[in-house]
Amino acid sequence: MSEKVLMKGNEALAEAAIAAGCKHFFGYPITPQNELTAHMSKRLPKIGGTYLQAESEVAAINMVLGASAAGVRAMTSSSSPGISLKSEGLSYLAGSDLPAVIVNVQRAGPGLGGIQPSQADYWQATRAAGHGDFKLLVFAPSTVQEMVDLTGDAFALGDKYRMPAIMLSDGILGQMMEPVVMPKDSIARIPERPWAACGHGDKREHNVINSLYIEPPVLEAVIKARFEKYRLIEEKEQRCEEYLTDDADIVIVAYGASARISRSAVNAARKEGIKAGLIRPITLWPFPTKAIISRIGNAKTFLCVEMSMGQMVDDVRLIVNGKRDVRFFGRTGGMVPTPAEVLGELKKIKGGI
Amino acid sequence: MKFKRPHALTDAQFHYCPGCSHGIVHRLVAETMDELGVEGKTIGLAPVGCAVFAYNYFNCDMVQAAHGRAQAVATGIKRALPDNVVFTYQGDGDLAAIGTAETVHAATRGENITVIFINNAIYGMTGGQMAPTTIPGQVTQTTPYGRSTKDAGHPIRVCEMLATLDGVALAQRVSVDTVKNVNAAKKAIKKAFQYQMEGRGYTIIEVLSTCPTNWGLSIPDSLEWLRKQMVPYYPLGVFKDKGEKKEEGQ
Repeated sequence: MSEKVLMKGNEALAEAAIAAGCKHFFGYPITPQNELTAHMSKRLPKIGGTYLQAESEVAAINMVLGASAAGVRAMTSSSSPGISLKSEGLSYLAGSDLPAVIVNVQRAGPGLGGIQPSQADYWQATRAAGHGDFKLLVFAPSTVQEMVDLTGDAFALGDKYRMPAIMLSDGILGQMMEPVVMPKDSIARIPERPWAACGHGDKREHNVINSLYIEPPVLEAVIKARFEKYRLIEEKEQRCEEYLTDDADIVIVAYGASARISRSAVNAARKEGIKAGLIRPITLWPFPTKAIISRIGNAKTFLCVEMSMGQMVDDVRLIVNGKRDVRFFGRTGGMVPTPAEVLGELKKIKGGI
Repeated sequence: MKFKRPHALTDAQFHYCPGCSHGIVHRLVAETMDELGVEGKTIGLAPVGCAVFAYNYFNCDMVQAAHGRAQAVATGIKRALPDNVVFTYQGDGDLAAIGTAETVHAATRGENITVIFINNAIYGMTGGQMAPTTIPGQVTQTTPYGRSTKDAGHPIRVCEMLATLDGVALAQRVSVDTVKNVNAAKKAIKKAFQYQMEGRGYTIIEVLSTCPTNWGLSIPDSLEWLRKQMVPYYPLGVFKDKGEKKEEGQ
C-alpha cells in the first residue's frame, strides 16, 4: 500500500490520471483548474508523455479525440466556460464511440460568471453536453481521495463502454488539500483497442473513426444500439453513498462539496433530534435512481442541496414522481451554503412535518 | 506502363461531381502512399465538406474530424503515434474559415503532419456559398452581386500567410488543371510526405481546384476560369521550403 501524501485536489486528480496510464494531456488555461495543467506540464515530459497547451478549448478537446482515436488514454481539463467550448468535441467523442476523460472544475456562470466554486453545470454535464442523443459518464467526487479513485474509474469505465467520462469537480475540491493514497500504476490494465486508427500495418482492413451516418435508418440503429448500452450502464453502474438514511424522515440529496456541507448539517440535526440522512450521488449519470427509490418508503421529505438554483433536484423529482415532497436549498454565483443554513432548512421542514 | 488503381484507394466509387478536382487529388495522395510504402502506417483525416467521405476512399486508417478541427485531431494522433504518417485533407471553408485557429497553430507549432488543402474558392457541399478564398467579384449563393471586399473583406492567401511561421517546413501551391501541373502537384505532395517522414515539421500543399457544379460552368470553362481568375490571385509556387537539410531542434 502506498503511503499518504498531502495534495491539492487538482494535482491529485492529475497524478491519478497518470497512474491510470494517461500520458497525453491537452489543455488551456482557466481558473480554477490551473494546478492541473501545471502538474501535467511538469510530469508528462518526464515519463515520455505529451503535455500540449492548445490554442483553445475547442482545439484541446479535438486533440484528445485524435489521441483517443489513435488508441491511447487521453484527458483534458477546464472550468465551466471552457467546457461550453468543448461541447462540440464531447458530441463528436460520443458519436464516434471514443473514450476520454474530461475534467470540469466548476466555477460560477452563466457567461464569464465568476471564479468561485459552483455546481451550476449539472444540467450541462448530464443533459446538454452537446448536440444530439447521447450520454456521458459523470462522476462527482467529494474528497481529494475520491478525485483520485474516481479518475481511475473514469478511465476504466470509459474504455469498457467506449464513451467519454466527465469528472465533475468544483473550485472547492480542486483547490483544497487533503491526505490521499495514490493507486499503484494501472497501465497493465489498459484494454486493447482493436478499433483504433493507428495504422493497419497491412494486417487488417482500414479502421474508420466516424460519427457520420448519412442514411437515417442506419443512424437510428447506431443510436439505438448506443442507448441499449446506456440502459445497461444505468442498470450496473449507479453509485452513491448513504449516510444515516435507514431511519431518516428527511433525506438530503447532495453531491460533491455540497454533500460535505450537508453531512455536517445532518450531524447537527441529529443532535437536535431531527432524523435527517444523506444520499450522496457519486455517479450523476447514471443517476443513483435505485437508492432514491429505496428511501421513498421511510422518508417523508427529500431536500436537495446544491450550489446552483436547483438542477439535480429535477432528477430527484422525476424519480420521486410526486410520492413525497421534494424541497430545494441552494446558493449560487460562487456562494457556498453553510451547514447552519442547511440545518435551518431541515428545521423548517421538521416544523412542517 | 499499366494504369491501375492505387492500392491506397478503396474500391468505393467516388461521389464527386464531373470535373471536380477531388478525384485527381485523392489519386495523387494514394499514389504517394503506395510509392512511399506507408499506407499501413498512415492515418488520414477526413474534413467536413465535399471530401467528408474520404474515409471511404482511402485504404489507410481514417478519422473523420469536426468542421475545421482536422489539424487539432491530427495533432492528437501524431502526438500519440509520432512514428506514423498523418495527413489531413481539407477544403477552404474547413481550413481557412472555421478552422483558421487550428491551422495557424498546428503550423506554428511545427506539428509534423501533412495538410492537403483544396482551394476551390467556394463551399461545395452546402451548395456554393462564399468561402474565405472566394475571389473579389466572384458570384456565389451568398455573394449574389459578386464578392465585395468592402462588405465581405478580402480572400486569404493561406500559403503566403503560413509561410511566415517558423514551424512550417514546406508551403507550396499547385494546380491540377493540366497534365504538367498534375505531375508537379504529385511531386509536391510526395515531397511533403517525405519531409514529414524525416521529421522536418509542418507541410502544406494547397491545390487550386475546380467546382464546375457550384461555379455554374462547364468543365472546360471551369478550367479556364481557374487559370484566368484564380491563378492571378493565388500564384502557383513554393512559399516556404526548409530545403534538403534537416534542421537541428532548438
